[in-house]
Amino acid sequence: MEAFLIALLIAATPLLLAATGELVAERSGVLNLGVEGMMLMGAVSAFAVAFSTGSHTLAILAGAGAGLIMAALFAFIALFCLANQMATGLALTIFGIGLSGLVGQDFVGQPIDRLAQLQVETTAIGRVLLSHDVLVYFSFMALIGTYVFLNHTRAGLMLRAVGDNHTAGHALGLQVRMIRTLAVLFGGLMAGLGGAYLSLAYTPLWGEEMTAGRGWIALALVVFATWQPIRLLFGAWLFAAVTQLQFYGQDWGIALPSQFLAMAPYLATIIALVIISQAPSRSRSVTPAEIGRSFRAER
Amino acid sequence: MISLERRSGGPSALMGLLSPVIAIGLTVLSGAVIFAILGMDVANALSIYFLSPFLDGYSRSELVVKAVPLALIGAGLAVSFRANVWNIGAAGQYTLGAIAGGWVALSFPDATSAFWLIPFLVAGIFGGMAWAAIPALLRTRFNSNEILVSLMLTYVAALLLDWLVRGPWRDPLGFGFPQSRDFAEAFLMPLLTPPDRLHAGVFVALVAAMALTVMMGRTIKGFEIAVIGAAPRAGVFGGFNQSRVTWFVLLLSGGLAGLAGAIEVSATVRQLQPDIAAGYGFTAIIVAFLGRLNPAGALLGALILAVSYIGGENAQILLKLPKNVAYVFQGLLLFFLLSCDTLIRYRLRLARAT
Amino acid sequence: MTALLQVSGLTKLFGDFAACRGIDLTIRAGERHALLGENGAGKSTLVKMIYGALAPSDGKIQWQGQLVSIDGPKVARALGIGMVHQHFSLFDALTVAENVALALPGAMPRRIAPRIREVSKAYRLEIDPEKRVHDLSVGEKQRVEILRCLLQEPRLLIMDEPTSVLTPQEADALFETLERLSGEGVAILYISHRLAEVRALCESATILRGGELVATCDPREETPDSMAALMVGHAVEKLVRRSSSGERGPARLKLDGLVSGRLRDIDLTVHGGEVVGIAGVAGEGQNALMAALIGEEPVAPGMIEIEGQKMGQASPTERRLAGAAFVPEERIGHAAVTEMALPQNILLSHHRAERLVRGGWIDTRKMRNWSDRVRSDFDVRSGSAKPIAGSLSGGNLQKFVVGREILRKPGVLVVSQPTWGVDPGAAAVIREALVRLAEEGAAVLVISQDLEELFALADRLAVIHDGSLSSPETTDSLTAERVGLLMAGAAEVAA
Repeated sequence: MEAFLIALLIAATPLLLAATGELVAERSGVLNLGVEGMMLMGAVSAFAVAFSTGSHTLAILAGAGAGLIMAALFAFIALFCLANQMATGLALTIFGIGLSGLVGQDFVGQPIDRLAQLQVETTAIGRVLLSHDVLVYFSFMALIGTYVFLNHTRAGLMLRAVGDNHTAGHALGLQVRMIRTLAVLFGGLMAGLGGAYLSLAYTPLWGEEMTAGRGWIALALVVFATWQPIRLLFGAWLFAAVTQLQFYGQDWGIALPSQFLAMAPYLATIIALVIISQAPSRSRSVTPAEIGRSFRAER
Repeated sequence: MISLERRSGGPSALMGLLSPVIAIGLTVLSGAVIFAILGMDVANALSIYFLSPFLDGYSRSELVVKAVPLALIGAGLAVSFRANVWNIGAAGQYTLGAIAGGWVALSFPDATSAFWLIPFLVAGIFGGMAWAAIPALLRTRFNSNEILVSLMLTYVAALLLDWLVRGPWRDPLGFGFPQSRDFAEAFLMPLLTPPDRLHAGVFVALVAAMALTVMMGRTIKGFEIAVIGAAPRAGVFGGFNQSRVTWFVLLLSGGLAGLAGAIEVSATVRQLQPDIAAGYGFTAIIVAFLGRLNPAGALLGALILAVSYIGGENAQILLKLPKNVAYVFQGLLLFFLLSCDTLIRYRLRLARAT
Repeated sequence: MTALLQVSGLTKLFGDFAACRGIDLTIRAGERHALLGENGAGKSTLVKMIYGALAPSDGKIQWQGQLVSIDGPKVARALGIGMVHQHFSLFDALTVAENVALALPGAMPRRIAPRIREVSKAYRLEIDPEKRVHDLSVGEKQRVEILRCLLQEPRLLIMDEPTSVLTPQEADALFETLERLSGEGVAILYISHRLAEVRALCESATILRGGELVATCDPREETPDSMAALMVGHAVEKLVRRSSSGERGPARLKLDGLVSGRLRDIDLTVHGGEVVGIAGVAGEGQNALMAALIGEEPVAPGMIEIEGQKMGQASPTERRLAGAAFVPEERIGHAAVTEMALPQNILLSHHRAERLVRGGWIDTRKMRNWSDRVRSDFDVRSGSAKPIAGSLSGGNLQKFVVGREILRKPGVLVVSQPTWGVDPGAAAVIREALVRLAEEGAAVLVISQDLEELFALADRLAVIHDGSLSSPETTDSLTAERVGLLMAGAAEVAA
């Protein structure tokens, strides 16, 4: 059980990082389907730097930076050229799959040291909570920070406002495109970190398409959390628990072929989407009203 | 400061046709930059990647072979996207088509008549439709996002195929490789110019794309799809039904993807293997956009995208580039296309710096 | 004394088109100044430049004697210019306090909530700062807009068509607030095309036509007719009510206890040969009524009868086949698909009803002929030979969608806001066609917020308020005042 809970927290971290970033972008009214591509670029960049320099700090920064650059590409095409956001996000994912493969071709199968974890010899609960690396704790802080930012700061209010009604925001003098660009960049940075976590800690290896759909699951998590940051946490844990099935399923006497256990997170995502879209719609819709819509200021 | 200004006379039709051409040019140009960064002989690398697929008869036939599934899937997706239904899980529907066709083929190992090809292909269509019916049902019944559902099902389909070829359908004489037995001769697509692999599937793709083009342009069904996609409220006002359109385009694009899967395993792989999908789901999205969301345009788009695969395979052998490099060019192509498309509706204007 | 705001030679070009050309305007502190003009006269463009939402192409703006460049709404607000928009620029998902805070530099919702309560009490604009805007009524939303301006302590308050969403009684309360503000030295720039209220409220007026200034006057010394003539450029033909023959044909449209969305138990019968009007301010259930009538929102079969057939469950197409036709309020994306050509927009509502489709195949020639007929009969003008619907002007597109339905010679025509945003010439064409259709025996139901129009068109008039419909009365026996009371929900007004 202890090992399961530790593994669960670890498996939840990349999802949590990427979903937190995407949540902020979506609250500003931008749907970026390129999370998978940004994560892959984060993963390969972090791995390459860790492998070449041995510095995990530099590696983490590289992962975040790679996600940021990918997001900047998205922002340029979707927010400045006003292209369809869904198509642009797909292009970003396709591009990320290809470029990460190209960059990473020499690193496949190479070993690196795992990101250092705290070593605390205490009770079982202490070991579950206090035996992790810096990115696990950062993911919690980023989540709480995002919650505070969105709900208790003026900048967060401005971000929510442009996600709700960009025309009104512009009329009030809010810099719609600037706010959205920053939100998208934050999303890229967090997705890059999520990818970096995969190649530095989750499985300290690089492999082509190693994200295995986690970017898409992160997107689904945002819907599942109905765009509320704190709910992301529970969603991420739920999905991580399901993911762990393939490793613990056999131990728990679930006699299914491993492929079926591996399907679990994808099927769970579908089920979660159905349940959440089934929930009785409250008086106001929870989806940011402007999501996916382009905005151009007329002046 | 450059700013965008809406074209006063409505969208520019010329730019709509010019945009893909410019995008292709820019993609080749950025290919040169990438090869230069990788320290390669740029001219040589460019010629291997972008020219070699056209240079000999074998490559040209391989180009068309590659284009067949892309055109079938892309034509279906073009219709689906026109309805504003985002089926991005065509790879899963393709896989299910291959599985369903494979099931027919493996069930009748002694088949000899070429007639068997028909139930084989029909099974493929139904397999793809069944897989696409899931997002259709969840979208229309529960309003679940079809993008995420169809994509998640792609992973499920891949795992299902993986289990089949490693488990119940594994070839007992296959030395433990994850693959099914070879299909009987009756289930193989007729070759047009043996020994090249150019096969009769080309005609299927041509007919499908042309039929869909006629449907979109001349029938009330096509109009219904276009109206629901462009202005759903107007569609309902006109007496059309959004759910019915969602079902129709998902079953159509799923069925065509399934057909593509069945044709592909029958014509080129001739058995089931785990990695038959080869990313066609994503590539076909680019095919649809490059073809201007017009099914006939998807034919041309498929040929162009096929270059990225064949060129990629050649580059893999001759330049030692990973096979995923094809996606770099595909992603770039879509980026450039989307950016150039901006100029369909807007013109660039130099504004005073503020 | 220097003027608060002095605008001279203000011009705005969109490409070659001048939305405003060489406008001069002077406003003193505390002055209540009206800006008058038809749709498209340039009123909105002018105030958007003053408010910084549009950049002028030429001209200058002086604020308290100083030359200023208003680079954005933020700058305008910092100077002391506030604006209440016609189409609310509120954030539905946010609370009242959050909406107000966004307009005040550096403000946090929690800290300004007490001040919102204070000011809302002082000006009788009661509102709960913690409520979400989504849950507010239209009138309450306007209060939020005004409060948001007042908390910025503006010196100039721009009101863009504020009464178009208010009942006459709500409008009176608004005028009291505005008069009080002007007494405190706040200047008001009041945009409207309703001449009566301008005469009641304002002490000076600027009249625009075709983007140019045509006159300045004191509205209290003018008659509505003289001002209207200035706005339109020639003496306007007053809407003359046609005399009702008093004879009615058979019942062709019948609503029996209709319940749908927010609609409550609506009864109504429209006979052949008559025009029935439904009045009401925006958002009282007109959209739900329209959706139920068209068949976009199915109801129990017996609730709607068309030509004697129970059609509550029938699809829009089946209703059209039975002889009904519909023109919804929203042209763009509802009555028409903007990115499609005009023949395709004919196909939208006529595909089966007018047999433009045979065995699934579109009869392209028939479709084009239809489109050409509508264009010539209703004088639909466009810049090109094969325009897309979106490239037509609002008035021309409206003529097209109304004409499309009228040329079918339907037995029942339901039309919402037939002349919304349409120039006077086009409005006259549309109104005449509606009346002619009724005279030929059709049952015509007109839903409108324009009382003047309803009084001119309708034989009988009912009022929709909060999802309920008053029982229709002969227009001759009704006064505007009584309709106003009904619009405000005073259902039990003594006859």
